[in-house]
Amino acid sequence: MKEKETSLSLLFWTFAKMGIMTFGGGYAMLPILQREVVENRHWATEEEIMDYYAIGQCTPGIIAVNTATFIGQKKRGSIGGIVSTLGLVFPSLVIISVLAGLITNFSHLVWVQNAFTGIQVCVCVLIVNAVTKLLKKSVVDKQTALIFVVVLVGGIFVNISPAWFVIIAAAVGIILKNLEVKGR
Amino acid sequence: MIYLDLFFGFLKVGCFTFGGAYGAIPLIRDVVMFYGWLSDEMLTYMIAVSESTPGPIMVNLATYIGSNRAGFWGAVVASLAVVLPSFLIILLVTVLLKNAWENKYAQAVLRGLKPCVIGIVLATGIYMVFGNCFGKIFAININLQAIIITVLLVAAMFTYKKVTNKKLSPIMLIIAAAFLGMGIYAI
Repeated sequence: MKEKETSLSLLFWTFAKMGIMTFGGGYAMLPILQREVVENRHWATEEEIMDYYAIGQCTPGIIAVNTATFIGQKKRGSIGGIVSTLGLVFPSLVIISVLAGLITNFSHLVWVQNAFTGIQVCVCVLIVNAVTKLLKKSVVDKQTALIFVVVLVGGIFVNISPAWFVIIAAAVGIILKNLEVKGR
Repeated sequence: MIYLDLFFGFLKVGCFTFGGAYGAIPLIRDVVMFYGWLSDEMLTYMIAVSESTPGPIMVNLATYIGSNRAGFWGAVVASLAVVLPSFLIILLVTVLLKNAWENKYAQAVLRGLKPCVIGIVLATGIYMVFGNCFGKIFAININLQAIIITVLLVAAMFTYKKVTNKKLSPIMLIIAAAFLGMGIYAI
């Protein structure tokens, strides 16, 4: 399986583009990742993105950075991980540094606030849409469906850290595996 | 020395952030208060700005505070420090998991984790859509403009797919939403 090596500058600019278009946190990046990394570039499958998100949830750090490091590392080793992460951070660094002085005046403008409110609504719609696409691949049987429903309901109505859901779900995964082995 | 303070302060934030920026806000508040970088009010304002500028919230916030305290190089130091733990941990995980990835227990854990992550993300998404349109849960406050924008965006997404048989790029949708926001909230 020898394919043409992904260039470092392509990694950098792809993640820089994602940095520019992500408003909000790691969840908001999911639809953009799907589009750029899975559909356009074929650097990872949807399953792999879910694995990265799962690991990003239960390791400390910023999910967007975790995912960028994973993909960069997969394509070009450690140096790829560094380049992808720097690419992701680059737009924030430039934009905030340039705006730091201006932003106080800038964000008081009504039309700027209105535009951002519109973007906020859009980000939420995109997140829901991205997740429903992934649902089919992760919820494959009764057990996984149960985990999904419990976490969904718990996530909406109970105010606890997502890290707890992740730890419990991982434990349930192992328990189910053991039960299946015994059942045979 | 301010650069060292920024570096270690944000390294700590990066190390103890679990599951997204919102969980990290108490810790950031702690660190910022400890070093006396900002007033509580200014910090709240900066969090709002970081949410609404492009890029990961935590990186934006680190850049913003770094630049506020020590100019451009302060911004560079703070944002690299906040990113460093995530980066090192993933490098470590990939090395450790290289063989374990196909391990049946790793697969069992992931089988449990995937629906869980989808559940968390979907819950966040639904919570936010609901929050935009009807105010926070338990405190109903209907926001007609947000409902209109939500409906228009969803409609645009589906009709585009029906008509052209291609998916509308999220980037186009975000740009459209910015203009919709300017138009609809101005009325």
